[in-house]
Amino acid sequence: MGNMKLTLKIWRQAGPSAKGAMVDYPVTDISEDMSFLEMLDVLNDKLVREGQEPVAFDHDCREGICGACSLFIDGRPHGPSRHITTCQLHMRKFKDGDVIHVEPWRSGSFPIIKDLVVDRGAFDRIQAAGGFVSVNTNGNLVDANAMPIPKPESDKAFDAAACIGCGACVAACPNSSAMLFVAAKVSQYALLPQGRPEAKERALNMVEQMDKEGFGNCSNIGACEIECPKDISLENIARLNREYLGASVAKE
Amino acid sequence: MSILDAKVPAGPIEKKWSEHKDHIRLVNPANKRRIDIIVVGTGLAGASAASSLAEMGYNVKSFCYQDSSRRAHSIAAQGGINAAKNYPNDGDSIYRLFYDTLKGGDYRARESNTWRLAEVSASIIDQCVAQGVPFARDYGGLLDNRSFGGALVSRTFYARGQTGQQLLLGAYSALMRQVGKGKVKMYDRHEMQDLVVVDGKARGIIARNLVTGELERHGAHAVLLCTGGYGNVFFLSTNAMGSNVTAAWKAHKRGAYMANPCYTQIHPTCIPVSGDHQSKLTLMSESLRNDGRIWVPKKLEDAKAIQEGKKKGSDIAEDDRDYYLERRYPSFGNLVPRDVASRAAKERCDAGFGVNKTGEAVYLDFASAIERYGKLEANVNHIDNPSAEKIRELGMKVVSEKYGNLFDMYENIVGENAYVHAMKIYPAVHYTMGGLWVDYNLQSTVPGMYVLGEANFSDHGANRLGASALMQGLADGYFILPYTIADQLSGEIRTGPIKTDTAEFVEAEKSVRERIDKFFSTKGTEPVDHFHKRLGKVMWEKCGMARNAKGLQEGIEEIRKIREDFWANVRVPGKPNELNQELEKAGRVADFLELGELMCKDALIRNESCGGHFREEYQTEEGEALRDDANYAFVGAWEWTGEPGNDVLHKEKLEFEALKLSQRSYK
Repeated sequence: MGNMKLTLKIWRQAGPSAKGAMVDYPVTDISEDMSFLEMLDVLNDKLVREGQEPVAFDHDCREGICGACSLFIDGRPHGPSRHITTCQLHMRKFKDGDVIHVEPWRSGSFPIIKDLVVDRGAFDRIQAAGGFVSVNTNGNLVDANAMPIPKPESDKAFDAAACIGCGACVAACPNSSAMLFVAAKVSQYALLPQGRPEAKERALNMVEQMDKEGFGNCSNIGACEIECPKDISLENIARLNREYLGASVAKE
Repeated sequence: MSILDAKVPAGPIEKKWSEHKDHIRLVNPANKRRIDIIVVGTGLAGASAASSLAEMGYNVKSFCYQDSSRRAHSIAAQGGINAAKNYPNDGDSIYRLFYDTLKGGDYRARESNTWRLAEVSASIIDQCVAQGVPFARDYGGLLDNRSFGGALVSRTFYARGQTGQQLLLGAYSALMRQVGKGKVKMYDRHEMQDLVVVDGKARGIIARNLVTGELERHGAHAVLLCTGGYGNVFFLSTNAMGSNVTAAWKAHKRGAYMANPCYTQIHPTCIPVSGDHQSKLTLMSESLRNDGRIWVPKKLEDAKAIQEGKKKGSDIAEDDRDYYLERRYPSFGNLVPRDVASRAAKERCDAGFGVNKTGEAVYLDFASAIERYGKLEANVNHIDNPSAEKIRELGMKVVSEKYGNLFDMYENIVGENAYVHAMKIYPAVHYTMGGLWVDYNLQSTVPGMYVLGEANFSDHGANRLGASALMQGLADGYFILPYTIADQLSGEIRTGPIKTDTAEFVEAEKSVRERIDKFFSTKGTEPVDHFHKRLGKVMWEKCGMARNAKGLQEGIEEIRKIREDFWANVRVPGKPNELNQELEKAGRVADFLELGELMCKDALIRNESCGGHFREEYQTEEGEALRDDANYAFVGAWEWTGEPGNDVLHKEKLEFEALKLSQRSYK
């Protein structure tokens, strides 16, 4: 066991329509080797033993890739470090006596379910609107190497594809814009020959769904890029804008 | 005890699958629209099966416990996916992939399934590329390969260190496409709580809506379990926190046999445990063994000094290092299969040569790879007489390109820069080869219920080779199940929609509700994790990397005690009709507490060592696994009879036609 003492100020909200509030919780015996979520495990263990309700939060893989964890820590999505998710944040980034604020993602399009858990179903619906290549399962496709793809494009597509759909971009944005998320998916496919045939409809359909979900507009603040755990670049938003503009013009 | 029939088609092994496909019954396109299929789990197997079935015209309901189907734990697979493409022209073939997989599994897999897996492997790569999965490419724009353990060829396709993520997002995009078309109805934040069997056939499930707590009845003409493995029975594993056995275990209790549950994979390269607070372990991809060299000090006094913090790895002279895998297995070296590498690490650490304060770690060192790549880069860039520093700089760049995300991950967790200090690693639970028994069609012993991916037992025997889990998940979901399921469904075209108001659904829902009520009425004092950690410790010590009869018997007794204690003293706070994560955990741990006993029992009756199942009583003089083919060349499939610990054993005899059984050697 470690010896850090901390004060946590955590958003508690019993249900979707309940009124929430920040509640103070002291925690002790925190080791610097713990992850942030393990520190919350310590708190929850204590709460359960005391007969209180533990804090609900989303998490699953705890290795920074599933995109489930989603905590707004001291005013930043995924906390103070760059390019990591909440589950990869370790307590050595904090010091004894710190007061730490923990909140859920805040966005009208991500309604709170309970405490720190939000509903990110909007992202799935955006994906379902066009985030795919329309190819059925088929054992008779052409050989994978029949279509060489220049490495630079392939690498850029990969950079965009690294998005984990956590929603930090939305939480970081004062406008609650989902442009970085949508742009990452549109870019991945737009950069690859497999994705070109549907590039126009894809951009139009995904943006349409994004608007329907109530996400705000992009005003080029760039907070999304700074807070993105996977370092998705703003260039993708520029690419989405080009794709969208081109598609809109072609449509008319 | 009865003999199980896997219904493997007749004929030569290379023809079985195509002949079988040619003669399987079909469902015509109009009739597919009248058939409902439930798919539980949205990992590689589940997402690929659900999307493929929907494309074919079936009505699919897809379930996952995560908040989005994109988060299933396949996403965390790092290293790669095998396929017999032979792009590097190093002599690979379906036969070689089959041979490596069967041998890698220590001849405890079903030969015909393993062949089929190798046979469809190439199509998977074609399919994924067509979907826009960004695999690694070389400068000519063609797909790149690397090597994984247990193979002498490079057949592993990869997407940096995020292959699982990219493949899963590919399958997820196919799934979302069908969701958009209305052919798949998605139920996320839903957890399967029971299987409903009507007249001997799987006809639906009871699922709990994890947001509202509501129990829902869902009927279908077939149910697919694609629910992953049960490694979390050990508490600490590389599985996601939510990975669980509940769906499989409930199906087991409804008549599905559980096969070879003791076959668990302990992965050699994970970040060592740092303390009691640890909630999970993190894998460092096997791909690192392409370039990293594994070693411990030769001298005990050096190891001791390192354990006490008086020396560092870099203080140990080259001649005083024991590259024990290269020493023991010269032909495969650092790329021996996982079970072999894990046991070798344990052997050195047990002998006192571990390199961290707990003595349970070995080095995975990139210094020589950095130098080798640095020199190569200097040549490529025409830098004459580069300084050692320049070479290091260039070499680090190459290593960073290949494995950068893994080095970053390591630094986040451990707080140490692995480019400077050799990585410290130790084996950890990673995968379970055992699982629900299925026949050649992937159908379980409950007609109408199919099991895909890690949740079934069939393809990897007693040890899985690296980069083969992704291959199997997608093979089952894209290219096997969509064909084989028609054999059963062709008999369902006149059945009509499955009603969910029948006695069987009522009874199943009632039993789920009663168990949930029992959790709340227990009103004990200890949180669920308390019991899970205790169970995990018993499993790791008694049924982990090495087992023996005495330990396994003790393990069974200890698990029974923990189980009793759990039901007397567990505390589940909150209410059933809300998002309640402690309740979710309680349900999963209650099932692990029953499964754990069966795993020990399975390990106890298997009086031989094979793959990941290493019984200390059965080893060669050199400490290698000693199989007993005369008595144990069978699949052990267990039938539930009403109480934990009372399962009855059934055997499927393993027949080998294409390969002769031989002792596995990587020397």
